[in-house]
Amino acid sequence: MNFDEFFGNFPALTITGLEQGAIYALVALGYTLVYGVLRLINFAHSEVFMVGTFTALWTWEALGYNQNSPSPAFGALLIALLAGLVVAALASAVTAVTVELVAYRPLRKRNAPPLAFLITAIGASFVLAESFGIGTSRAPFGMPNLIPQETLFTVFGAAVTNVQLIILGVTLVMMVGLDQFVNRSRLGRGIRAVAQDADTAALMGVNKNRVILLVFVLGGLMAGVAALLWNVRYGYTKFNVGFLIGLKAFAAAVLGGIGNLRGALLGGLLLGVAENYAAGLFGGDWKDFTGFVLLVVLLMFRPTGLLGESLGRARA
Amino acid sequence: MTATAEKGRGRLAGMKERWAHLPKQVRWAGIAALIAFLYILPNRWFYEYLGFPIGSEYFAFYTTRSDFAGVLFDTAVFVLLAVGLNVVVGFAGLLDLGYFGFYALGAYTVALLTSPESRFGTEWPWLAAVPLAVMVTMVSGVILGGPTLRLRGDYLAIVTLGFAEMIRLYAARNEGILQGQRGIPAVPHPPGTGTDGKPLFGVVDAKPYYWLMLTLILIVILLVRNLANSRVGRAWVAVREDEDAAEIMGVPTFKYKLWAFAIGAAVAGLTGAVFAGKQTFINSDQFLLESSILVLAAVILGGAGNIKGAIVGGALTWYLPEWLRGVGDLVGVEFDAAEYRILVFGLVIIVMMIFRPQGLVPNRRRAAEFADRRKEVVPQETVPNE
Repeated sequence: MNFDEFFGNFPALTITGLEQGAIYALVALGYTLVYGVLRLINFAHSEVFMVGTFTALWTWEALGYNQNSPSPAFGALLIALLAGLVVAALASAVTAVTVELVAYRPLRKRNAPPLAFLITAIGASFVLAESFGIGTSRAPFGMPNLIPQETLFTVFGAAVTNVQLIILGVTLVMMVGLDQFVNRSRLGRGIRAVAQDADTAALMGVNKNRVILLVFVLGGLMAGVAALLWNVRYGYTKFNVGFLIGLKAFAAAVLGGIGNLRGALLGGLLLGVAENYAAGLFGGDWKDFTGFVLLVVLLMFRPTGLLGESLGRARA
Repeated sequence: MTATAEKGRGRLAGMKERWAHLPKQVRWAGIAALIAFLYILPNRWFYEYLGFPIGSEYFAFYTTRSDFAGVLFDTAVFVLLAVGLNVVVGFAGLLDLGYFGFYALGAYTVALLTSPESRFGTEWPWLAAVPLAVMVTMVSGVILGGPTLRLRGDYLAIVTLGFAEMIRLYAARNEGILQGQRGIPAVPHPPGTGTDGKPLFGVVDAKPYYWLMLTLILIVILLVRNLANSRVGRAWVAVREDEDAAEIMGVPTFKYKLWAFAIGAAVAGLTGAVFAGKQTFINSDQFLLESSILVLAAVILGGAGNIKGAIVGGALTWYLPEWLRGVGDLVGVEFDAAEYRILVFGLVIIVMMIFRPQGLVPNRRRAAEFADRRKEVVPQETVPNE
């Protein structure tokens, strides 16, 4: 226990935690959406995120940036970021939809037991990770340094960088947008209806399969955005980059209440902060254990999560 | 195409029936012959006696790229793991994705207790450490299963996945007691002296380890089979088919789920303990998470809920890629099947779950479950003009 370190860096740990938690939250949304509608842990979602990191990198490489290129001017930077964002989000969404169409939908047609879905999900996850692993020779890839980190201002002695602000800002925008979409739009109403009672929703004229596709698209888009933020912040990717993020994002989703969109944001931010506090207290090695320990403790005492479950009941 | 497949299936079923109608003594003799064959399998003289040419064109069973007895040992490790996981996934219907975590725990327990290099400094003999390793894994299974098995089944999957990853992360830390990639060397071999006065279990020859593993597999199969045919086994099937119904009928579902989980963990721990005794060196690179998925693939491929299926699946998932490496040499293609192993078996899982969820050697009852559910499908009419 290193209390000096912990209290000395408390503001800095909190800010780093929020920033990392924001990425977890975006990935957690994918788990929560799919779980809310299908009651399925989509293990392949971590790979959806991984595909996003790679496609964003390839986009930048196609635009002529590499690890050594200097940071571009503002206009070019904006174009590069937007291009990366669009490509990553689309690629992630396409991956998520492909998994749904190839792996899950045939199972639904055959009314397979829940265990079959879980097993297929883990199979799909490994197929995606391994095909990227083989294709990239299992090597880590560095990113072009598009946005050099600079300190903008300090809060209680903790530096806040431009990248951290971007991550938090983008996450909040995406989060509010998704929340409004699910709660106010016609398609969002369909999602909530299927989440609440799929059969009744179908009787009321909601196309269940289309809603499920939509849910995978939304989750994929969020994962793609998270992938871009990850690239900007951490500057590397690898075929198994999604694994740990996925595990933590799932823990975050359960923490906030799986199936609950706002819960995913709360859970992600909480987990990010808790992780960094744990790292400050016990040393950096223990950081990755926090999510798992939190998950088990939570399942013992409050298995429905902090804000409660159910996408159907999550309303303004 | 389908006609021949039907015919083949018919012939297979016919063989099965004829086998079942043979007198009991003949069946026993058949099984004994099979077991004897498995024991003889790694011996070189056996092939010379049969007149197979030994060398690069050796095609029948031999793996030309790697030591055959070593491959057989690894295959046996996989088979035992598959038999253990089959209790959890096949009998009780619980998805345990961190099965390799228990295997690692068993291996590390033995290594820590026996090695003179470990920080415990106990230096127990191998044989004394094995029961303790089994107990440790069993208890950790109970600790892990306790909070999670009370909840919906799908949480178990993610918690076990996390557990295995945490074990690996902890093992990879260099300053921890597991000493990271440097690992724990000098784990003693199993005891025993051969007729020539040399120790029975050495470094060079993998055959004794294979025989030891084979014996353990037989014992575990016997135990698991009896369990599956007992009250416990019936409770597992009830839990797997409909947990709520089982609970209402008075089956203490949580207790039996915990039992299945703990027994599965103990089998993995035992396997890990023997592995540590053969390897003499344990480090964090030997327990990759991907292996958990291979064991799962083995159970699914062979047929969850059927011990024979688990054996077939376990043997196929490990042996086939190793054998194919040798075949690639013969044809003149440089092809490392082990590299694609996880990709291929990931695909196998997906395809099997869709087209043959009951596996190659199905459990009759479980196959009927799948067929029943398939019949219950409500025809999904899509709304024409939405």
